[in-house]
Amino acid sequence: MSKDTLFSKKNKKLLTDPLDDNNPITVQVLGICSALAITVQLKPAVVMAVSVLFVLSTANVLVSIMRNLIPSRIRIIVQLVVIASLVILVDQVLKAFVYDVSKELSVFVGLIITNCIIMGRLEAFALGNTPGKAFLDGLGNSFGYGIILIIVAFFRELLGSGTLYGYPVLEKLGVYELGYENNGMMILPPMALITVGILIWIQRARNKKLIESN
Amino acid sequence: MEELINIFIKAVFIENMVFAYFLGMCSYLAISKTVETSVGMGGAVIFVLAMTVPINYLLENYVLQEGALVWFDESFKDVDLSFLSFIMFIAVIASMVQLVEMIIEKVSPALYGSLGLFLPLIAVNCAILGSSLFMQERAYTNITEATVFGLGSGFGFFLAIVGLAAIREKIRYSHVPPALRGLGITYIITGLMGIAFMSFMGIKL
Repeated sequence: MSKDTLFSKKNKKLLTDPLDDNNPITVQVLGICSALAITVQLKPAVVMAVSVLFVLSTANVLVSIMRNLIPSRIRIIVQLVVIASLVILVDQVLKAFVYDVSKELSVFVGLIITNCIIMGRLEAFALGNTPGKAFLDGLGNSFGYGIILIIVAFFRELLGSGTLYGYPVLEKLGVYELGYENNGMMILPPMALITVGILIWIQRARNKKLIESN
Repeated sequence: MEELINIFIKAVFIENMVFAYFLGMCSYLAISKTVETSVGMGGAVIFVLAMTVPINYLLENYVLQEGALVWFDESFKDVDLSFLSFIMFIAVIASMVQLVEMIIEKVSPALYGSLGLFLPLIAVNCAILGSSLFMQERAYTNITEATVFGLGSGFGFFLAIVGLAAIREKIRYSHVPPALRGLGITYIITGLMGIAFMSFMGIKL
């Protein structure tokens, strides 16, 4: 195996690919469950993105270190145990430092365990690559995931409640005096799906090679 | 009895796993290309949910909760193991799925042929772990209620995935803008189905 430097072209690709061409949410269809449920406001979305960043990159490294020791028959259980222990860590930290956000995320912190983005990357990447590369892959994919989360939450919070990160932007700008009303529809869960649908539309209109045949 | 029917209806329609909480989305989107496979997946989910929710209910009430270990010894009444619930629940689910897979393979190879493919996928289906966590959050009073809740949320998933698959089979014959084909239009359909399901929300049971 050739030894390449940390920021060689190949490694950079690991980081940048998941941002667009191979985005976990819009292309790989991974990690959608949590992505949609917690995007009503920016704050929980950011917390979720950071939690996934931590869990995914650490789990990727750990599983990659153990990849030659894990018998393939029981690998799913081993992976789940690694992920579950990391998630317990995140959950306890959130409860201790940002209790209100952790209440808001409710079961979705626990659901990071079954967030397919993590299992998917472990299966597809960490099991066959060295820890360094697995770390980069974890970082790249959680950035790709986080970006979509934040874009969706940005529009839903701005249009739905007229605030950004809890700060009343539209009120300060005086938009309400012009007769603008918040679009209550954006807060409802189904609009998250439609927002992601539109994002995919925009992405694929720009990036023709992602278009599906059917 | 009335209470049980209420829990069931609520889990199927009002608090539908897919449309109200977006749980199980990954397999929901990935395996809804044809009605036939989606029926297989939905059936497997109902089956696994009906098994794992009651087991996790017992675990929660006799091992994990604060003071739940009193049946074992009085001195355990201050022990609170609930921080372990994620790892316990997922272990139960993963091993149940493995067990179910082995049993079906031995007992009915025909059923295994149609379901077998989906079983490993179910271990990481968030709807399964989600149901157990909701069961924990809502604190059902007895095991029958928990079982009915498990069945109900499984049935809700079944309904959702079969419905989406039917629509996707039809939409193949219509003109969708190229960039929206496949995943994009599927998201939007699911959103519209979700809006339709929201009409159940006002129902008080």
